[in-house]
Amino acid sequence: MRQYKVLLALYTLLVCSSLMFAGTVSGKVTYTGTPAHQKPIDMSKEPSCAKQHATPVTTETIVTGANNSLENVVVYVSSGAPDDGQVPAQAVTFEQKGCQYLPHVLAMHVNQELKIVNSDQTSHNIHPLPKSNREWNKSQPPGTPPISEKYDKAEFIPVKCNVHPWMHGQFAVLNTNHFDVSKDGGAFKLPNLPPGKYTITAWHEDYGTQTADITITGNETKDVNFTFKAKAY
Amino acid sequence: MNSLKPLDVLHGILSLILATGFATSAVAQDAPEVGPRPPGPPKVRESHIGNITGHSQAAKSDFRRYCAGCHGDLGDANGENAVWLDPKPRDFTIAAFKCRSTPTGTLPTDEDLYNSIARGFANSNMPIWNTFTKQQRADLVAYIKTFSARWETEKPGDSLKIPAEPPVTLDSIAHGKVLFTKLECWKCHGPQGKGDGPSAGTLTDSKDNPIRPYNFAAGKDDSRFKCGNTNQDIYKIFMTGVDGTPMPSFADVIQPNDAWDLVHFLRTLQVNRHSKENEILSAAHGVIPPYVDKNPAPAAAPADNKPPGGGQ
Repeated sequence: MRQYKVLLALYTLLVCSSLMFAGTVSGKVTYTGTPAHQKPIDMSKEPSCAKQHATPVTTETIVTGANNSLENVVVYVSSGAPDDGQVPAQAVTFEQKGCQYLPHVLAMHVNQELKIVNSDQTSHNIHPLPKSNREWNKSQPPGTPPISEKYDKAEFIPVKCNVHPWMHGQFAVLNTNHFDVSKDGGAFKLPNLPPGKYTITAWHEDYGTQTADITITGNETKDVNFTFKAKAY
Repeated sequence: MNSLKPLDVLHGILSLILATGFATSAVAQDAPEVGPRPPGPPKVRESHIGNITGHSQAAKSDFRRYCAGCHGDLGDANGENAVWLDPKPRDFTIAAFKCRSTPTGTLPTDEDLYNSIARGFANSNMPIWNTFTKQQRADLVAYIKTFSARWETEKPGDSLKIPAEPPVTLDSIAHGKVLFTKLECWKCHGPQGKGDGPSAGTLTDSKDNPIRPYNFAAGKDDSRFKCGNTNQDIYKIFMTGVDGTPMPSFADVIQPNDAWDLVHFLRTLQVNRHSKENEILSAAHGVIPPYVDKNPAPAAAPADNKPPGGGQ
């Protein structure tokens, strides 16, 4: 009986220490220069979508915020993460609404369930264009159940709808659970990183990638910022 | 007596030149050993079509003689003629194929590839290769499978089960028309199937080359579809999709009986082609009556989904 108690105590200590020493990487993604002008989208050919937008929406290749912040940047641990093989049980959802993709950039783990939903009153076809994963193309008329898919190789995959040529999105299929997509204000956060050496990569669909090497030593929050140079046009 | 005659010398030199000439030209026939050729020995693959077994090694010279001009020695669609072609030749290194009996995103069966070679591709530069023997075709199928590692790691998808075709009736044509509207086929193919829908001009294939939707109304009795010409083939085309192009798979959204109704309506879009569908339609004075659903579903299609100017 005593042995069990000792074991239990040791186990508790182990769990606590691993929880205690969980570092966080957080920061901001910004840009320098002048980002390309995002064009307004003419949805007049799809009235059921056009009427959902009081003001015309623009393309989302480059989405910026206050103080030169850059959104839709996938920030992830590209090497050093200890839990690469753990596929999250819950699905990620990609919604087609108002003839736009919500979110524009969707990050997921390799083999994680991807649910694709059509909330519009029009047919969409979901046509992701992978290079190393399998390429499929499915029609999803209004009112049909969600499409369930998954990707078994890490890859950034452009997504389009052939019926509505302005619809563009991105799937970021990653080999890690430590990822975030920069949102309002360009902020991102990668919590629960045990002590160790990591490479953090930031990827933007138009501006490419940047990396930073960091070391987490204990229960700390490491500030990592990425600055992308805006392309001339 | 042993001295060489000038004629002999000349003959010797000429033979030497000829021999070297032939030697170099023989070397030139081979694919250059440069470029992104994958490392390692050439892969050996088999195909199985009925009781015929195809061997990739046996197709090497046929591929170079008849296929490489467009598809390229490396099967990457970069043959010397490729720049002049529209649509572009298939890139076998990607292993995404247009005409399949298998679900979108999966590999085709050997038979699918075998049929594609003999059938050729309508509205493209891929001719009907019915000059090959069955064995040659089976060998070429095996050869095509050497270009992508997907043939090692994946198996072809399950072939689509096509139920027996119900009889063509005015009712099935009318229901097919409702589906054509509801599933928004007309967005690309146009309300009359002329390939002139509102999205037609914007379409690109998966390599960003412009591509046109199929024009059902073009041609007469000789009109062909890309992936076959029977009613079963039409059923297969929209259910499995045409991979690598904007044409998606409808397998998850059309019920088998509905699919047959759509096939019957699509036949009537081939206005100049003789078919039992067109016979039934002309017996009804060319008018498709409004479809009356015997088991009406509660959800009604919103008005926005109607094609401009109505159906046919």
